[in-house]
Amino acid sequence: MLHTNLTRGWGIAVSIIAILFLMLSSLVYGYTDTTWTDAYLAFMKPNGSNEHLIIKDVRLPRSLIAAFIGACLGVSGAIMQSITRNPLSSPSILGVNAGASFFVVIGVVFFSVQSLQSYMWLSFAGAAFAFSLVFILSSAGREGLTPLKLTLAGSAITALFASFTQGLLVLNETALDQVLFWLAGSVANRPLDLLINALPYIVVALLVAFIKAKELNVLSIGDDVAVGLGQKTFWTKLYFGALAVVLAGCAVAVAGPIGFVGIIIPHVIRSIVGLDHRWILPYSAFGGATLLLIADIGSRYVLMPQELPVGVMTALIGVPFFIYVARKKMGV
Amino acid sequence: MTWLNRFNFKKHPFFATILLFFVVVLIMIFSAGSGEYPLSPQNVLSALFGLGDDFARTIVIDFRLPRIVMALFVGISLAVSGAILQGITKNPLASPDLIGITAGASFAVVLFLSLFSDENNSLMVSIHWLPLFAFLGATLTALIVFFLSWKNGIAPFRLLLIGIAVAAFMNAGTTIWMLMGPIYRASQATIWTTGSIYGANWSQVKVLVPWSILLIVIALLLRRQMNILELGDDIATSVGSQVQKNRVLLLLISTGLTGVAVAFAGGIGFVGLLAPHIARRIVGPKFQTMILFTAGIGALLVLVADWIARVAFAPIEVPAGVWTAAVGAPYFIFLLLTERRRGRV
Repeated sequence: MLHTNLTRGWGIAVSIIAILFLMLSSLVYGYTDTTWTDAYLAFMKPNGSNEHLIIKDVRLPRSLIAAFIGACLGVSGAIMQSITRNPLSSPSILGVNAGASFFVVIGVVFFSVQSLQSYMWLSFAGAAFAFSLVFILSSAGREGLTPLKLTLAGSAITALFASFTQGLLVLNETALDQVLFWLAGSVANRPLDLLINALPYIVVALLVAFIKAKELNVLSIGDDVAVGLGQKTFWTKLYFGALAVVLAGCAVAVAGPIGFVGIIIPHVIRSIVGLDHRWILPYSAFGGATLLLIADIGSRYVLMPQELPVGVMTALIGVPFFIYVARKKMGV
Repeated sequence: MTWLNRFNFKKHPFFATILLFFVVVLIMIFSAGSGEYPLSPQNVLSALFGLGDDFARTIVIDFRLPRIVMALFVGISLAVSGAILQGITKNPLASPDLIGITAGASFAVVLFLSLFSDENNSLMVSIHWLPLFAFLGATLTALIVFFLSWKNGIAPFRLLLIGIAVAAFMNAGTTIWMLMGPIYRASQATIWTTGSIYGANWSQVKVLVPWSILLIVIALLLRRQMNILELGDDIATSVGSQVQKNRVLLLLISTGLTGVAVAFAGGIGFVGLLAPHIARRIVGPKFQTMILFTAGIGALLVLVADWIARVAFAPIEVPAGVWTAAVGAPYFIFLLLTERRRGRV
């Protein structure tokens, strides 16, 4: 759709405006009736009323978390699909989410960990551990790190950790009660501190990924060509893998495991901006943020006054759109 | 174990398959012998042939055997289904759970539990209808996926993407339904989703076994077409294969196999994904030779998983679905790593 760099550049500007608009809407719309004026006054002249407190302390963190976590998921999905050269890769398939969940459940079952803060560090450690394991396993061997071995090792590690987690939860029902809300994945009721802790890593990882995106273009032609062009493919895969795991790890640490965003956003984006990773990565960030923001706003309205888990809402909104794109736009 | 390493199963797939067959039978006998009332392998065998005391016969034939036979065929069906799907899509991540078949069955089960329960959460119709509902859910979902990915034929890649999307949609539906219903039903549904062979009996086995044997036989008859499809659409067309017809037929077999398996055993995961990979690593990638081996590996995974589920934490049952990956994944990783050693030599 967007074929020239000029239109793609304008697209970036439009996306930023759209995301800002969505973030503001996220402050205004929800179960508690508030208006745009309330939102403005809540920051300029806070009067301590319920509405103002909700906007500042409940909806603002939510809106920021949805935007940043969506961006993380989109970009890490795009990177993972590119280094494994498999369009089905995503944080949940390369073991990141399973490792995070496993560590959190271990913490709850054996060390009675309770605070969200410690969940965050545990899940980040789990994500990093699982992905390092995947990386070490798949780089063993004569032919080195092939995309196929990365994918296979990823799905084996995912299966392993997921079954450990399930087993622990079946044997220990109190733990199940405690972590179930975390395992569902949500951007609501997460304190802003979580995001602030993770923010430096997210920003650095996003920037480095955007700057280095060109190397993914070379890599995606194929390992042989990339080596021929002078790329050290192992190192490229290693540090892009590390970037992806930092992003996905931060996402799961702040919001719990949220599926589906990481896998579909890159496909939709590729059908819009083409195959150049210098555009795919930033657009995936915007796409992920947009989807998660819309899903989060929508999740407040379906079962009022109850809220849907945001993971459910991303599927309800994302699926019809994605099927349309998969049928009409993709050259497959 | 050096003789095992020296022996190349890839050159003698037939021998490997026979060996695997014996291992499966051995595991079945040992599994039938263990439990709260342990029996020696001789006692199990004599009970099977109608000898021995009545008590042992009742335990083995009426209680343990239906479950073991069920595990055997669930494993075989899921593994073959996964092998076909991975072959058709040429994607190592494809598996019956990935493209929404299991998710559709889960959704149907949750619907069944909530539509036919009264206020006291007791079912108004017999629980025996549950497998039928699950099967309908699985097949309908598969048909929806096929329909949505049809555009002058089914392109494998589009099928996978749309399958993933439909799976996410079905899972979302399941979650919404579970949130709106009482918590008791949610926990019932969770147990079903994890997958378990807890309540197997002979009447279920009698439905499952003919179905899966029929479908597997058709799959075996189509094995040459399968090999041709794996070469890619262009080559397959040029050697005279009716690509779309064969592909749809094989897809129907694959989803049918998963459908009957999940109908009785729930969402036992990872077998369809991992069993074909394990088989390919041991006997090589040729479809004709690996398909039987895959079936054996699948049977072995579910048999062992169900055995552990039954015995390990008795009297608590940890659903078999938990153990399939706990058993299969380490072995698969071991295979990935031992390839390295061979590579160095």
